[in-house]
Amino acid sequence: MNLVNTFFNIPILIDTFPLLLSGLLVTLEIGVTSIIAGLAGGLFLALVRLYGPGPVPFLSKIYIDIFRSIPLLVLLIIVYYALPFVGIRFSPFVSAVVALTLVSAAYTAEIFRAGIEAIPHGQFEASQALGLSGRHMMVDVILPQAIKIVIPPLTNNCINVLKDTALASVVAMPDLLKQATQAQALAANPTPLIGAALIYVALLWPLVAIVARLEKRFGKDKRP
Amino acid sequence: MTPLIKISNLKKAYGAFTVLHGIDLDIAEGEVVCVIGPSGSGKSTLIRCINRLEAFSDESSIVVDGVTVGPGKALAKVRAEVGMVFQSFNLFPHLTVLKNVMLAPMRVRGAKPAEAERKARDLLTRVGIAAQAEKYPGKLSGGQQQRVAIARALAMEPKVMLFDEPTSALDPEMVGEVLDVMKTLAGTGVTMVVVTHEMGFARQVADRVIFMDGGRIVEQGTPAEIFDNPREDRTRSFLRSVLEH
Ligand SMILES: Nc1ncnc2c1ncn2[C@@H]1O[C@H](COP(=O)(O)OP(=O)(O)OP(=O)(O)O)[C@@H](O)[C@H]1O
Ligand SMILES: [Mg+2]
Repeated sequence: MNLVNTFFNIPILIDTFPLLLSGLLVTLEIGVTSIIAGLAGGLFLALVRLYGPGPVPFLSKIYIDIFRSIPLLVLLIIVYYALPFVGIRFSPFVSAVVALTLVSAAYTAEIFRAGIEAIPHGQFEASQALGLSGRHMMVDVILPQAIKIVIPPLTNNCINVLKDTALASVVAMPDLLKQATQAQALAANPTPLIGAALIYVALLWPLVAIVARLEKRFGKDKRP
Repeated sequence: MTPLIKISNLKKAYGAFTVLHGIDLDIAEGEVVCVIGPSGSGKSTLIRCINRLEAFSDESSIVVDGVTVGPGKALAKVRAEVGMVFQSFNLFPHLTVLKNVMLAPMRVRGAKPAEAERKARDLLTRVGIAAQAEKYPGKLSGGQQQRVAIARALAMEPKVMLFDEPTSALDPEMVGEVLDVMKTLAGTGVTMVVVTHEMGFARQVADRVIFMDGGRIVEQGTPAEIFDNPREDRTRSFLRSVLEH
């Protein structure tokens, strides 16, 4: 009974639930913004890595390698606490989005590159032989086929970004985790933390299940 | 009369390995040229240079309908005029048969959808695939897919059609339907360059047969000259080896 009162204290959960929901909203705002910006940035990085002129592919590769190596928490702290020393000052929200986007774009770029490279060479040749411009070849022929390949790993990346939003609490962003720790301090009871954990799981479990199903489906009807 | 395709001193190497040793070849408008020769002799490389799917040496020159085939802006113009049919079809699997045929006229020529669709359906009727227009390529037989690929190339109203062993990937019972479409096409005045192992087709349809070996044109002439009266030993032994099979 004691355990239930400590970890699943229903009255406390009900009291703090609105706070947790407002935190969830912030978490979603950070996550969705970073995911969308990361997708755009990642597609751009993948295309210039594959087809950019001169040193551009190499520079793109350097970017991708660096931002896949750096721990997100370190990057976030640099963006929020170090950049102000050179006069660049971001709000907690922007700092979190910038750090998440920089990293997500690097992972997304590798996913898109693998997807594009998985398209048979004959598709590129047929497009070129028909006279399609590079842009039309990509938009009408290559990317629509690559999308099918990249959706499972991209969804996986979305899950990671949404999870990593929790790090934003270290730059005082009132996200789900931050609200939960504050509510815990106020109520002197860890129930809000358990509530937050449950909300994370409820949010991400469906995505995890979707990835599993997609992987199974795309694995099955692979084209010859 | 100036030739429609003028190939001069065409050289192509992969590293130290020379695939084409300075080929000179003129092809007249409306001519049907069949290219034969052993595996690895450079037949595919030769025709893939014509629309620059393969880059070639700067000392070489290819001119198609007055336009020099080089890197840069003019290449798009050449490719719009030169259709190509591949051994492995290379249809777009995510588009229906109809959309496969409509895509390039809309994107490259700026055709209106209704106009592109009408023309695509006409072409599909011509190659005998009209009933499959709404299907995806994966649902079609190899012979049907290759006929769609021919229609897709023809939709650009090319001056030249290049074929790289269009029937080599087909089950034997489907070879005939594709060759029939090509024979009909040859009668319409389109310039055709066909790499093929189908000696019967070459003999019946070609205006000129070119025999390649080791990256060179060894011998060329009318089908009668090449098949009935080859002058070169290498041509003779090649023909013997393919006709024995
Ligand atoms: N990308 C490449 N890299 C290196 N060598 C190549 C490449 N493509 C072709 N070759 C070589 O160039 C030579 C000519 O090839 P090509 O495909 O033009 O021959 P082909 O006459 O079409 O033969 P086949 O009848 O087998 O199709 C071959 O020896 C081949 O191995
Ligand atoms: Mg070949």
